[in-house]
Amino acid sequence: MKDFHVAVVGGGVIGSSIAWELSKYDLNSVVFEKECDVAFGTSKANSGVIHSGINSATGSLKAKFCVEGNKLIEPLANKLGFSVKWVGKYVISKNEKEAKELEKLIKIGKENGVSGLKIVDGKEVNEKEPNISGYHALWVPTAGIMLPYEFTIALAENATENNVKFLLETKVSNITKKDDRFLIKTNKGNFQSQLLINASGLNCKKIVEMLEKPDFNVYPCRGEYLVLDKKYSNLINSMIYPVPPKKLGVLGVHLTPTIEGNILIGPSAEFINDPEDKKTTKNMMKTLLKEAKELLPSIPNDSIISAYSGIRCKLASSEEGGWADYKIYESKINSGFINLLGIESPGLTGAPAIAKEVIKMISRHIDLKPKKNFKTRKFMRKRFSEMSSKEQEELIKKDENWGRIVCRCEQITKAEVINALSNPLGAKTLSSVKFRCRAGMGRCQGGFCTQHIIRIMEKRFDMDINEMKLKSPNSNLFYGRARNLEND
Amino acid sequence: MININTDVTIIGAGPGGLASAVSAKLNGAKKVIVLDRNNWLGGILPQCIHDGFGVEELGKSLTGPEYADLYITEARKNKIEFLTETMVLNFNKNLEITAVNKKGLLNIKSQSIILAMGCREKTRWNIMIPGDRPSGIFTAGVAQSFNNLYNIRIGKKILILGSGDVGLIMARRLKFEGLDVLGVVEILPYGSGLPRNIVQCLDDYDIPLFLNHTVTEIIGRDRLESVKIAEVDKNFKVIEGTEKEISCDSLLLSVGLIPENELSKEAKIKIDKNTGGPIVNQFFETSIPGIFACGNCLQVYDTVDSLSKDAKTAGRFAAIKKRNKLNREIKVIPGKNISYIIPQKIDNSCKVHFTLRVKKPIEKPIIKVKSKGIKFYSKQLRFAIPANMVEFDLDIDLDEVYKNLEVSIGD
Repeated sequence: MKDFHVAVVGGGVIGSSIAWELSKYDLNSVVFEKECDVAFGTSKANSGVIHSGINSATGSLKAKFCVEGNKLIEPLANKLGFSVKWVGKYVISKNEKEAKELEKLIKIGKENGVSGLKIVDGKEVNEKEPNISGYHALWVPTAGIMLPYEFTIALAENATENNVKFLLETKVSNITKKDDRFLIKTNKGNFQSQLLINASGLNCKKIVEMLEKPDFNVYPCRGEYLVLDKKYSNLINSMIYPVPPKKLGVLGVHLTPTIEGNILIGPSAEFINDPEDKKTTKNMMKTLLKEAKELLPSIPNDSIISAYSGIRCKLASSEEGGWADYKIYESKINSGFINLLGIESPGLTGAPAIAKEVIKMISRHIDLKPKKNFKTRKFMRKRFSEMSSKEQEELIKKDENWGRIVCRCEQITKAEVINALSNPLGAKTLSSVKFRCRAGMGRCQGGFCTQHIIRIMEKRFDMDINEMKLKSPNSNLFYGRARNLEND
Repeated sequence: MININTDVTIIGAGPGGLASAVSAKLNGAKKVIVLDRNNWLGGILPQCIHDGFGVEELGKSLTGPEYADLYITEARKNKIEFLTETMVLNFNKNLEITAVNKKGLLNIKSQSIILAMGCREKTRWNIMIPGDRPSGIFTAGVAQSFNNLYNIRIGKKILILGSGDVGLIMARRLKFEGLDVLGVVEILPYGSGLPRNIVQCLDDYDIPLFLNHTVTEIIGRDRLESVKIAEVDKNFKVIEGTEKEISCDSLLLSVGLIPENELSKEAKIKIDKNTGGPIVNQFFETSIPGIFACGNCLQVYDTVDSLSKDAKTAGRFAAIKKRNKLNREIKVIPGKNISYIIPQKIDNSCKVHFTLRVKKPIEKPIIKVKSKGIKFYSKQLRFAIPANMVEFDLDIDLDEVYKNLEVSIGD
């Protein structure tokens, strides 16, 4: 049986951040991910906001990790090559009454150590954001944006290159503790480890239950989003938030520009029973558009190119107000069992700081020795479409696949698709390609490129058409050949 | 950078590109180059293995590949040059095209450009179908390419949303392949594809057509498991209590086509919001002099025959280097019951070929052309439906017509 120092359950942003920190040390570490790729749960389906720390109560873990994480992200981006933009955010108040709420936010923000906060009048907002009007607004310069999946993938891929093992499509079905080892049963065989990290997001309670009686509950809370066509990217320059509604512990439907130039509308907040129920609903789609138009009246009706939802892992129910702090602790019953529970927003921002905290907890058990040959490699995100003509020509000379455009809407080349499919994690779903190089994410939603990507998978990567998947282990794309060819 | 100079450059080697290229060459253009992003010629035609192509134009019914072959042979005979696997990145009002292929970046300067980029299919999100996001949802054209070109079985139990022509053709094709085709769901009270396709693709094979119905939810977290459909009222609102769930593993979308004009918009060519294609004059010249448009990027045609006819006109005028321009220009305005009309403007006295679509089915309609309230043309038709493009010719003398033309259809 394979024996690891550290086993992490969950390849979301938290698991991947921990894996990356672990990869700096001489350790045998493994990450179990039940999906076909990292970031395929809540980590890919959120606003992609680097929060400043104005929204969480002073003294909470949420505030602490958010403020710390916010400062860690830029250096991390420089090392790993994922994109970050410090676009800042406006919290817009519609009237005098709401403006009072801004004062509260600024107070919390200052206590949490957030710098640069200021209240500006509607005129000033209008100068920076001609399409937005409001009474007063809170300007938050330290808020930024990133692509949450790109961030997670960059961490996980670099961790893999530094010998952390990522086991995809590997679902943990049972865990027992025997002497000083955790025995972990999965669909891909049995493993054991000295330490066990529960970073399984919405499934965190299920993992705890395998070892001990949980003293908490998970309340899944769905957030739906709409994605606008890139051609409307100039409607806003920074993030536009309403004054947070006083319920459910959420920030309200806001407008977020993305690194790629789309605008996101959302998220809604709806407590649901099934943590896997990531559907979008007609009513919520309408509501989102309506609420977004209250912030930004000039959104055209035909501007939506996609919709999705993500599920927050909340530890407080709707009746309890929806707000609860993270629970990050080592089990008193099972030594070496470290739990990260209820890591909802601002978990993306806090992830690098949370990972450092987990390393501290691990160091109480294992003498951590830095790896001599730890290497960071910039995640390949250089896009053909963003290069100068000279760079483009040089690359085409080296490899003619840089001269073959596979995705028209986003101008993604065959070389970029091949690079995406050659990722060190071995993730080969259509969505894995999409999240790595953006092919299929544009306005035609894969109408042109899908068939070309399938051909690349078949010809270049020798993949059987029956093995090709959209995203999850059971999301097969095809059912064999249409016709049997006799002389094929 | 590879520099190329041409008389006429055509973007897209589909039927519009091929027909206009041949016509440009036959009308005197010396150097004609056709660019296409794929590694084959003919655009969408090679995957259209059903017949019915060329009936009006050639008096015989060909398959898509056969029809494409005729033009490809003709083009090769006339020494038209093709650059395949070549993607146009942009073009501008100075008629300069930047493109890329495996050899590098190309800079192409032309006397005329013909836009023939075709169209793309509307997706699930263009019509905002809520629900899960499983695999098994294909646009009809993508399903057609997988099935016909790549020999891939896309599913076993198929439901089709939208009775556009591609959807109808695919219903029959997948039935031929032995798949379980459960039916075609159409939100309108009538089929939106050609009547002959409804008969030949659905009725002849007992495939049900659910009129006044739409898909309300997609169910399945991994692969599609089922689809909810419901009846709608005349305002397309779902009638409560009519919802039912249909178990299927594939949903094909045939819910409309969008002329592909992202490049045109970047070049600031004026677009008609009714057609989704460039605004053109009687010679198919766009708002940028020297740039012409034809094929499905101009308007979504219902037959390749009428598409090729217009493309040839575009090619003929693109071949002429110096065009006599009058200083006058009149607009052609779609009036009552007309969703769009082409050309949208006229700037020369000549015989003009009009194409239009009606908004809703009308029995024995009369086309009326008026200027300044004075009717100077009318024609009675047997019937008109949105699926069938209406065509007519009219001699226009700009000296006589002093104001905009309004074309309407009524009884």
